[in-house]
Amino acid sequence: MKAHYGYKDGSGDYFITIDTDLCIDCANRACVAACPEGVLEIICDDYDDEVAAVVEDHRKKIKYSCAPCKPDRDRPPLPCTAACTRGAIVHSW
Amino acid sequence: MITVGIDMGSKTIKVVVLRDGEIIGRGIELAGFESRAAAEKAFDTALQSAGISKADIDGIVATGAGRKNAPHTDRDITEVGGDAKGVVNLYPNARTVIDVGAEEGRAIRCNEEGKVLDFALNEKCAAGAGAFTEAMSRALEVSVEELGQMSLRSENPTPMNAQCAVFAESEVVSLLHNKTPKEDISRAVHDAIASRIVSLARKVGFEPDVVFIGGVAHNAGFVDSLERALECKVTIPENPEYIGAYGAALAAAES
Amino acid sequence: MAEYWRWKEYRWHDENKNWHDATLITAGVDVGSVSSQAVIVTDGELYAFSNQRTGSDSPESARKAMDWALEGTGMRLDNIGFTVGTGYGRVNVPFSDKAITEIACHARGANYMYGPTVRTVLDMGGQDCKVIRCDERGKVTAFAMNDKCAAGTGRGMEVFADLLAIPIEEVGELSFQVEEEPPPVSSTCVVFAKSEATGLLREGWPKSKVIAAYCSAMAHRVVTLLEQVGIEEKFAITGGIGKNIGVVRRLEGEIGIKALPAKFDTQIAGALGGALFAQNLLKKKLAVT
Repeated sequence: MKAHYGYKDGSGDYFITIDTDLCIDCANRACVAACPEGVLEIICDDYDDEVAAVVEDHRKKIKYSCAPCKPDRDRPPLPCTAACTRGAIVHSW
Repeated sequence: MITVGIDMGSKTIKVVVLRDGEIIGRGIELAGFESRAAAEKAFDTALQSAGISKADIDGIVATGAGRKNAPHTDRDITEVGGDAKGVVNLYPNARTVIDVGAEEGRAIRCNEEGKVLDFALNEKCAAGAGAFTEAMSRALEVSVEELGQMSLRSENPTPMNAQCAVFAESEVVSLLHNKTPKEDISRAVHDAIASRIVSLARKVGFEPDVVFIGGVAHNAGFVDSLERALECKVTIPENPEYIGAYGAALAAAES
Repeated sequence: MAEYWRWKEYRWHDENKNWHDATLITAGVDVGSVSSQAVIVTDGELYAFSNQRTGSDSPESARKAMDWALEGTGMRLDNIGFTVGTGYGRVNVPFSDKAITEIACHARGANYMYGPTVRTVLDMGGQDCKVIRCDERGKVTAFAMNDKCAAGTGRGMEVFADLLAIPIEEVGELSFQVEEEPPPVSSTCVVFAKSEATGLLREGWPKSKVIAAYCSAMAHRVVTLLEQVGIEEKFAITGGIGKNIGVVRRLEGEIGIKALPAKFDTQIAGALGGALFAQNLLKKKLAVT
C-alpha cells in the first residue's frame, strides 16, 4: 500500500509517501532512528502489518517538521530516504 | 536626494519618503478592494507629512504583493530584497530578518551588505501569517492588541491541534466550551504561529542578530512566543511595518 | 441567527427485513469532526443507519448515533455481536469492540456501496479530504488524507454558504444558475478566498456566480489531491460534499471521468465499512470460541 502522509494547503503540496509493501519484512527499520526530528515510527496497520508511518502529530505540519533537512540551496540527501535500503520513502517536495 | 518607497501589502499600503537616507515622511492606508486608490491616498499623506511635492522626488520604487499595481513607480523590487536592504541599513549587525505581515511570513538570511543569502516563505496560507491572529481574535471576541496582552498572562499554555485558521476557529469554540481561559488560548495561538515561523528560520539557518519586522511585530504576545521558540531575543525597529517601504526607498536612492 | 450550514439529519431502516432471522448482527460507528453515523448490518446486508451532526462530546455523539439508528427497529445494543468504531473520534466510541481507521473503513464501505469495480474513492468530509485506492475486495492499495487545510472540505464550503447566506443544500443547484462559467477564485486558502469573494460581491457579482467560482476552485483543488495518489476507474465519491453537484460535476469535468451514481447516502461509507469489518471479526471470534 502506498500511504501518502502530509497535506496540501495554499502554499503547496507536502507529502511523504511510504510504500508499506516494502516495509513488511524490513529487519532494522533504520528510517526511524535516522530522522533527527522523530517524524517516523513503526505502527501496526489496519491489516495487521508492522510498517513505517509518519507520526500522527507531524502529519499536519510535515512541511515544518522536515524543514531543517531541506535548505533551499546545497541540499544533502535526506537522512530518511538514505537510511531506507528498499526505497520505500519518497518526499513530494 | 529624495526618494519614495511604496509597499503594496495585502492588507495595508505603506509609503516612506527618504531624504539622503533619513525618513522624513510616512503614510499608511488599508488596501481594501481598491488598492491603487488606497496607495494614492497613502502617497499623498506621506508627501504631506514630509512637506514635499511630487516634483521634488528623484525616484520611486514599489514592493509588496501588489507591487505591479502601484501608482507613480519607476520600478519594483521583491519584498525579500527590500526587507534585507532596509534592515541591514538600520542594524548593520543584522544577519536574519523575520517579516510577518497580514498574509505572508518570511525568514531571510543576509550578509553585512544587506544581500539576500537564503530565504523561506509562508505564503497563501492564513495559518502562516497575521491573518491567523485576526481570525483568532475574532473567535475570542477581542482586539488583536488584547489578544497579544492576554497571551502574556497565560498560566497554563497547551498547544493547538489545528494547523489551519478555519479549523482553529472550531477548536477555539470547543476550548471555550470546555472553559479554557482565554489567556491560555491566546498563548496557544501565538505559539502555533511562532513555531511555523521559527521552522522557516531554521530552514534558512538563522544567526544573530535577528530583526523582526512587519505589522505583527506590534503584537507583544507573538513576540514573546517567537523569542521563546527561537531561543534568542529579537530586535524590533520603531514602526516595523514600514521597513519594506523603507528598503524600497533605499533601492530608489541607489539607482 | 440563520444557520446556513445546517443539512438535514436523518435515519432509515429496512422495514421489509426481520432482523431476528439474522445470524450475524454487527455495527459501525463513524464519529467525524462534523458529522456522525451509525450503521447496522445483518448477515452482510445494510439494515439501518443514522446520520447527524457531531456534538461537542465524542462518546455522547457515538451513543446518540447508535440510539437513533436503532430507533423503531426493536433492536437493542446487546443484540449487536460486534461494533467497530472509526473516524476522528474512533477511540471514543465507548461500546465499540475495536477501532479501525477511516481509510480502511471507507474503502470497505465504498466496495459495498459501489460494487467491486470501484478502484478510486474520493471522500470529501467535514474537516478532511481523502483519496483512497482499493482492490476488488475493498482493501486499501494507496491513500492520502488531507486534514490540515480547510480548502476542499465541508468546513470550507460552510464558510462560503454562510458568507453568501445560502443554505448548504442549495449550493450545488445555485452554482449552475450562471450565464457562463466564471473563473475559479484564485486563492486555495479559504480565509483568503472569502476575502476575494467579498470583493467580487462588491463588484456586483451575483451570489450564484461567486458560489460557482468557489465550487470551481474547490473541484480543482481536489483534482490535484487525486492526482497525487493517481486515479484508476471506476471512481466514486463519498462524504457530505458528494451531495454537492456544484463541486461533483465540475470535478468530473476536470478529470474526464464520471463518478459512479450513489444508491446509498454518501455519508455512511465509513460506518458501513466499519460494520462490514465487524462482521469478519465476529465470524473469527465465533469460530474460535
